[in-house]
Amino acid sequence: MKWSEFFVTGEPLIYAADVAIVLTMIGIVFVLTYFKKWKWLWDEWLTTVDHKKIGVMYIICAVLMLFRGGVDALLMRAQLTAPNMKFLDAQHYNEIFTTHGTIMILFMAMPFIIGLMNIVVPLQIGARDVAFPYLNALSFWLFFFGALLFNISFVIGGSPDAGWTAYFPLAGNEFSHGVGNNYYAVALQISGIGTLMTGINFLVTILKMRAPGMTLMRMPMFTWTILITCVLIIFAFPVLTVALALMTFDRVFGTQFFTMANGGMSMLWANLFWIWGHPEVYIVILPSFGIFSEVVSTFAQKRLFGYKAMVGSIVGIAFLSFIVWVHHFFTMGAGPAVNSAFSITTMAIAIPTGVKVFNWLFTIRKGKIRFTTAMLWSLAFIPNFVIGGVTGVMLAMAAADYQYHNSYFLIAHFHYVLIAGTVFACFAGLHYWYPKMFGHILNERLGKWTFWLFMIGFNVCFFPMYFLGLMGMTRRMYTYSDGLGWTPLNVVATVGAVLMGIGFIVLCYNIYYSARYGERDMTGDPWNGRTLEWATASPPVHYNFPVTPVVEDIDAYWVMKKKYGGFHVKEEDLKPIHMPSNSGRPFWMSVAFFVAGFGLVFKWFALAIAGALFIVLGLILRSFEDDDGYYIPVDEIKRMERAARKGA
Amino acid sequence: MKRAKWRALLMVPLFLFLGGCVERTAVLNPQGPVARTQYDLIMWSIGFMLLIIVVVFTLFAVFLIRYREKPENADYEPPDEEGNTLLEIVWTAIPILIVAALAVPTVKATFALEKPPTEKVKPITIHVTAANWKWIFSYPEENIETVNYVHIPAGVPVKFKLTSVGPMNSFWVPELGGQKYAMDGMETELILQADKPGSYMGRSANFSGEKFAHMEFEVVAQTGADFRKWVKEVKQTAPKLDEKTYTQILKPGLVGRMTFSNTHLEWIDHAKQNSHHENGHSKGREHQRDDGMSEGHHHGE
Amino acid sequence: MGEAAHRYDETMPLEYRTQESRLNILGFWIFLGAEVALFATLFATYLVLFQRTGSGPTAGELFEVKDVLIETLLLLTSSFTCGLAIFEMRRGRMSGLIAWLLVTLLLGAGFITFELREFIHYVHEGATMQTSAFLSSFFVLVGTHGAHVSLGIAWMILIIIQLLQRGLTAKTARKVFIVSLYWHFLDVVWIFIFTLVYLLGMVI
Repeated sequence: MKWSEFFVTGEPLIYAADVAIVLTMIGIVFVLTYFKKWKWLWDEWLTTVDHKKIGVMYIICAVLMLFRGGVDALLMRAQLTAPNMKFLDAQHYNEIFTTHGTIMILFMAMPFIIGLMNIVVPLQIGARDVAFPYLNALSFWLFFFGALLFNISFVIGGSPDAGWTAYFPLAGNEFSHGVGNNYYAVALQISGIGTLMTGINFLVTILKMRAPGMTLMRMPMFTWTILITCVLIIFAFPVLTVALALMTFDRVFGTQFFTMANGGMSMLWANLFWIWGHPEVYIVILPSFGIFSEVVSTFAQKRLFGYKAMVGSIVGIAFLSFIVWVHHFFTMGAGPAVNSAFSITTMAIAIPTGVKVFNWLFTIRKGKIRFTTAMLWSLAFIPNFVIGGVTGVMLAMAAADYQYHNSYFLIAHFHYVLIAGTVFACFAGLHYWYPKMFGHILNERLGKWTFWLFMIGFNVCFFPMYFLGLMGMTRRMYTYSDGLGWTPLNVVATVGAVLMGIGFIVLCYNIYYSARYGERDMTGDPWNGRTLEWATASPPVHYNFPVTPVVEDIDAYWVMKKKYGGFHVKEEDLKPIHMPSNSGRPFWMSVAFFVAGFGLVFKWFALAIAGALFIVLGLILRSFEDDDGYYIPVDEIKRMERAARKGA
Repeated sequence: MKRAKWRALLMVPLFLFLGGCVERTAVLNPQGPVARTQYDLIMWSIGFMLLIIVVVFTLFAVFLIRYREKPENADYEPPDEEGNTLLEIVWTAIPILIVAALAVPTVKATFALEKPPTEKVKPITIHVTAANWKWIFSYPEENIETVNYVHIPAGVPVKFKLTSVGPMNSFWVPELGGQKYAMDGMETELILQADKPGSYMGRSANFSGEKFAHMEFEVVAQTGADFRKWVKEVKQTAPKLDEKTYTQILKPGLVGRMTFSNTHLEWIDHAKQNSHHENGHSKGREHQRDDGMSEGHHHGE
Repeated sequence: MGEAAHRYDETMPLEYRTQESRLNILGFWIFLGAEVALFATLFATYLVLFQRTGSGPTAGELFEVKDVLIETLLLLTSSFTCGLAIFEMRRGRMSGLIAWLLVTLLLGAGFITFELREFIHYVHEGATMQTSAFLSSFFVLVGTHGAHVSLGIAWMILIIIQLLQRGLTAKTARKVFIVSLYWHFLDVVWIFIFTLVYLLGMVI
């Protein structure tokens, strides 16, 4: 690699980004130094093992990545507004749709969901932290540096350009000579390892650390969906790990897994990718179902309808998600029997999903609906997701899929399920749990502006795409010729995308505005909540619960409020609380992963080995570590409780 | 309620506007039995989907309007209901019925599409090779080859035998019927048929690199007599294809339409490369390596 | 983690006595579940590719029966000695525990030595990872297992040092128990490698 190829050059957009990145970094360093915040940053955030802070960091990263992925989307929409546009060239467009897809799924949706689950799950089950707090910090930093590695490809070396699915042989050495797809393989690997550890961590947490009385069938629905999601992660992510490792071997070490000669088989990649990829979409959608269940129940002021059926249907969906992957390539010629079988399993997913939709509807029925912003997002989810769902069933019909496959019909479908499902859920969850994270409420007026702009923009953007697909427009085309009749709908779609962008800006302004002027939540329970997270202060003291709550039924906190008027702690019940110690090692070990990954991307093996040695060093130090955490004395707990509860 | 009305108000002009924009082209304009089978299946499913949408949207609107919090119901306390087994059975059973109603014709159609739509006429075979970024059509029986356009007789089933020299592409002629992948070292078969003479647009539907968006081709359906006349003309007037020219054609880039009076199948069939136990068949692979087709795009242009 | 984190339960085996240990052991079992998925994917890849030999040798032409049998013998025995180490630990006998762990270690190192010899032999025959899809998948599957065993050896050394430093405590006992789970798991994986890779390769 020549130095002239090291930095991406030749594009005004890239130079602008270079300048922006350098200025931002100088700005951050200046602010931290000027306000003497370096120590604070290190002690409070970089070394923290507190699940709530880790969750907040996940969400901050997710919002930044939503911005990056959103800018990619707007660039694509700009290029497609009119036929024969020259705004982006083919190569640039190809890189942008690749990073858009990868970032939105892996570095936006996943961390947003994982961030919410970090904040909420231990609180919902009445625990003080997760089972493995140190590992949790490591998960986060691996995700963070994986995402960072992926994003620097933009200015150093060049971005991946073979689509987020990275099909071979296109993504192999034969057709992609740059380092772009190395970035894809290595960066996803690093953050994927973090995700796998999160899955194990939360599965143990939920299985073993529930408050007394909280049987599995009394768990809040969000916790249930996370439990199942963890199982999906544990069985799906190793497949990605292997697929990416084989990709790395092919690209960096010249093996023949997916090549065109010497027996390589490109179809194997497609299979491995989607054996992970289909469960992956359920990994981001099941927790969304959980969030909607919580929000709908809270603001309909009524318990979730058909709890058992809800649990059964998530288990059913999770199971089915592993036996449908072939529907991503019905057109590969696997034969009518195989296609028919996978058609039917895919359509079968509609059954448990339908059950869930009706259960949500009947939760609203006879309720007393309060239209908060979180509730608006959850309500809007139902009709929008149904549109995405029914078109998904249409796509599942193999013979018809031959006409939809890879067209804008597909694009419209998966944006309808992923945006109306996951993104709406992230926004609902953000507004709903924001007081739990930061102690103040996001402004409702601005929140509603965001909602209407984004929701309308979303429909205006993606609904026309169904028709564009039927009119023959295929995905990933960087331009199209005049006279195909596609222009008007593309103009409409671009208008919608701009509306969504404005909605996002309003959301960002809301975060700033509410931090300065937002209503402070002194009660810990601003929405009249039903589950245990609302029994804590907003934000909770770092040990969450001064004494472990006892659960008597579903909606544990609701029951406590009805029976005892709330969650009361007697000072004489307090005992010293054991908490884990902070550690800087997850952070620097992840830096070592980043360095090793960077070396692998550029085939600078000395650097890669140096990074790997530091990883090994971190593991050895961890093995010899003899730190059992520390105890918070009772007096200290009393003081902190009084401080946290003074508003209640 | 405000929300539901808003939605309805928004959707009406949106639908009208979209209706105005949508031309009945491509998938919505089936011009052969295969596309028609798929079109019928699509319309059948859309019927059910609209039914589901109507039911859900109606319940949604009714519940939102009736059960919103308002000053009059400040004292109302929602009942603590766990669920309703009968209702839950109903809304599990109905989707099962709908899925069954969709699955049966889907399976039928999926099997039917693998066979020629008519048995009265003998199908013709055309080999299709996707290369960066062009389509090469070889007629083994007629012994002619075309690039980026293909002539077919109307009313006759056409067996397209698909393969690729490089990235995966998808062969799609929406007005004649759904697509199939063209993959290296593989042969897949797609059967299409045109009802009547006409010109139909085809394109690659699977991303295959830089100039993928330009991978279009024209399918010209002709009457049997016209088709035979065209074949004869090609055989008389078109130049011969040699290995050197062919290697040039395979190089990454765009080419215009071309016509030859023989086929590249004489010396290489890409579908038979890199398959099982290929020891001793390495001649073709050498071609593949030499032809320079792997000079893909580069980064950061 | 609550007060429960350090609740000591005398009725359980040493490695299960603290809540933290119980969480760790369950977590490790789940991790092994993920490892099963990982190796299953590698096996699937191998089975898809193992007849796609390109211009390289086939499995039947390549495999060295003698080396593989020695490797199998070493690893299976090491799994047994690892079990003996846990048996000694349960009886509270530190010297027996360390002795059997050392034997396990040596057997594991012997396994790795023979595996490396086997690999070097193949490479000398011109059968490298880059030769064909079959060999790529062979080296990656068997190599991943070998890398796991090597990691297990390093891990066991660290734990022996800790045993010598700190004696047999609830914490070190848990670490020994977990590394033994890992070791038995690798043994199971090897049995599949032996059957699906070597035996199948020599038959077909």
